[in-house]
Amino acid sequence: MASLKELKGRINSVKSTQKITKAKQMVAAAKLRKAQAAAEAARPYAERLAAVMGSIAAKVAGQDNGPKLLRGTGSDQRHLIVVVNTDKGLCGGLNSNIVKEAKLQARALIAAGKDVSFYLVGKKGRAPLKREYPSLNAANFDTSNVRTPGFDEASTIAGELRAMFEAGKFDVAHLIAPVFKSALAQDPVTAQLIPVPAPAATTDAGSVVEYEPGEEEILEELLPRYVTTKLFGALLEREASEQGASMTAMDNATRNAGELIQKLTIQYNRSRQAAITTELIEIIAGAEAL
Amino acid sequence: MLHFELVTPARLVRSEDVYMVVVPGSEGEFGVLEGHAPFMSTVKDGVLKVYRTESGAPDEIMVQGGFAEVSAAGLTVLAERVEG
Repeated sequence: MASLKELKGRINSVKSTQKITKAKQMVAAAKLRKAQAAAEAARPYAERLAAVMGSIAAKVAGQDNGPKLLRGTGSDQRHLIVVVNTDKGLCGGLNSNIVKEAKLQARALIAAGKDVSFYLVGKKGRAPLKREYPSLNAANFDTSNVRTPGFDEASTIAGELRAMFEAGKFDVAHLIAPVFKSALAQDPVTAQLIPVPAPAATTDAGSVVEYEPGEEEILEELLPRYVTTKLFGALLEREASEQGASMTAMDNATRNAGELIQKLTIQYNRSRQAAITTELIEIIAGAEAL
Repeated sequence: MLHFELVTPARLVRSEDVYMVVVPGSEGEFGVLEGHAPFMSTVKDGVLKVYRTESGAPDEIMVQGGFAEVSAAGLTVLAERVEG
């Protein structure tokens, strides 16, 4: 049985932990609103770009001399997995879910006899993936030095990936990033990044569109931008997912702390009463002995 | 009136009805009025001029890394960066 003083100390320490988790929860809730707004604001650009890509790709489709980013290198031996993790913890199972998905994909590719390498965005995925695949050299991109990763970071990442692709370091790139559904559910989703999967052709027959310069030149210009937009979207989703997961995790932690405090308080009161009773019995027994 | 939209990755900058927009296309500037034929062009870094009325002075917007699409619905300019 812990002494009264010890119990009191524990109650106080749990109380201060609860204060911290409560504060973190409120911060996450505020940031979540901002992140969600940012994700929503980015949607028109992505939609329009996809629509334009669709209409041009439909025209260029079937040609062998299309841009490399659309066509691929002609082989699918070397795969690069781009994993988008968060930089900070305290967000429940989000990062371990992303890492789990990455491992699943990597295992499937390795089982199929492919070469796999990683490109890791965000700090939290590095250690667990390195533990699992110590031989794989992974390139990192650090987003922890900026407050909210934006389009600049996305275009830097896209630039690096394109340079690696041009240099022939990989044939196919996959993007694994969380998709924010709600504060409770953020599922990691795998999507092919390079070569760009041919968008659904939107055939709007009837209107003859003029292109300046040519269709291929425009496509050549748009493809890198499409990759960048994909990465930018992933970064925004990550931000929203992180805050959402953090909010939920901290809400649970606050509630747990509350329960723990209640339990400890009951225990504290019981032992206090027990101590008083023993004292009384001792006094009464003493008085009777006289 | 011509429906004009200017979109960046971060947000929808403008969505309004204007008289004319002059776009710095990669093969020369072009003005878009209402009822323009369907047209797509890359845009070089430069100044986008938005004429709200026929006689008024234009709003000037710096765009970088752009792309313009004219369809029956109007003019849409996608730009990576916008100033002004």
